Amino acid sequence: MKVGIASTGLTKFSKDDISIESLMVSSIKPVFENASNLEQKDIDVVLTSTNANDKYLANIVSELSGISPKVAHSVESLCNSGTNCLVSAYAYISSGLAKTALVVGAEKTDSPGLVLEWDKSRGQYKHPIYWSSIFTQAYMRKYGTTMEDLAYVSAKNHRNALDNPNAYFNRTYSVEEIMQSKFLTENIRLLDCSMPCNGAAAILLASEEVISRFTDKPIWITGIGQKATSAGFTKNNDLSSMQSTISSVVDAYDMSKKQPSDIDVAELHDAFSICEMIELEDLGLVDRGKSMSYVKQLYDTSDRKINPRGGLIGSGHPLGATGVAQTIEIFNQLQGDAGKRQINGAKTGMVHNMSAAGTSSTVLILES
Amino acid sequence: MNKFEQELKNNNFVCSRCTRCNKIVWPPSDLCNKCFGDVVWKPVSRKARLIEFSRKNGEYFCMAEFDEGIRVMGTVESASIVHVGQPLTLTRCSYDDTEKFVFSTDEGK
Repeated sequence: MKVGIASTGLTKFSKDDISIESLMVSSIKPVFENASNLEQKDIDVVLTSTNANDKYLANIVSELSGISPKVAHSVESLCNSGTNCLVSAYAYISSGLAKTALVVGAEKTDSPGLVLEWDKSRGQYKHPIYWSSIFTQAYMRKYGTTMEDLAYVSAKNHRNALDNPNAYFNRTYSVEEIMQSKFLTENIRLLDCSMPCNGAAAILLASEEVISRFTDKPIWITGIGQKATSAGFTKNNDLSSMQSTISSVVDAYDMSKKQPSDIDVAELHDAFSICEMIELEDLGLVDRGKSMSYVKQLYDTSDRKINPRGGLIGSGHPLGATGVAQTIEIFNQLQGDAGKRQINGAKTGMVHNMSAAGTSSTVLILES
Repeated sequence: MNKFEQELKNNNFVCSRCTRCNKIVWPPSDLCNKCFGDVVWKPVSRKARLIEFSRKNGEYFCMAEFDEGIRVMGTVESASIVHVGQPLTLTRCSYDDTEKFVFSTDEGK
């Protein structure tokens, strides 16, 4: 059974202090406004995606939204909670257990999901800047990448975010400014990092059977790949690549019968500048070692194909909302409703969302 | 504090080894992640190899691999420039809110 996206809702990403349930409800409101004929009773499943410690959030948010779903629960997988939640919702519908499912992702700046305390193998270096610094060093060693090459990722994504009204950042940074921003490690600058923030994103999925009641422009999820290699960073053997991403993209291409050349637009999990470079190659979108020249070319030609909404670096990174927000961008692109960010004629899009140093990845392929 | 953390605090790096299939289970666990057999504590050798490194505030941090294939991130204390693949010795380990591993380079030994 085909499963599609019927409607979406997004809040502004900010540091405004607002409760997690208020954030969630704020993103559900536009889901109803953007769908034709959607009523609370139409929603079979409500899944919340967050790393917040709050309990029973799916039920709380359902009650606050006047929904009494058959199924309500949370999905947590650190930074790829959002796409894990979408895949769970997809499975409820494709199995026939539900006809519709509302996915709501949200996070606050002080999320307990920012650092994986369990990972003893990271010793005292548990903060994400350390794994990203190790990835960066390994990649630089292999391909001769420079700090300037890395800065192009951030410059491009901040510039793309300028046309995203929901982005946390709303200014451009030059390559020089990025290279001169605060040194966090030898090879990580502050502006190479995504910024934790508050934000929420919601998506209504529906079966092929009922989706036309809510939209006349459904976007279909045609490919899904997920892989959890491990929880600990030190199990990813090749430090210039993410095993879980390589594995999940193969499954996503197989399921959708697509190949890299079919992808018109993609949202990649650029938690740090190095991540976008590695992922471009792991996803097969660019040959090994060619990300540097590719990213520079995207920047020089103002091509928005990769991370048109600004990625995590430009938009901000409210963990549980990120994967949902990435998927909303591809939904908008494939509907032709991405405004100034629109990639003309985009028919097939990709979402890549990963967590904890690339130990887990999700890849979605969407089609109009 | 659990046994692993207590040992680490006493400068002993120990890991679990399965009594049934002898697999080294890292990070430590109460049961083997291959056959679910019971485990015993086994000291890890102090000899390691540098897999990758970077620096923060002039101080080296690295990923190192021990002979048993166990990988950890720790500090490298070295007067000279370090390089990938070079032998390391675990000079200290400890536990104070988090695990700490400190390596030295084997130059001159």
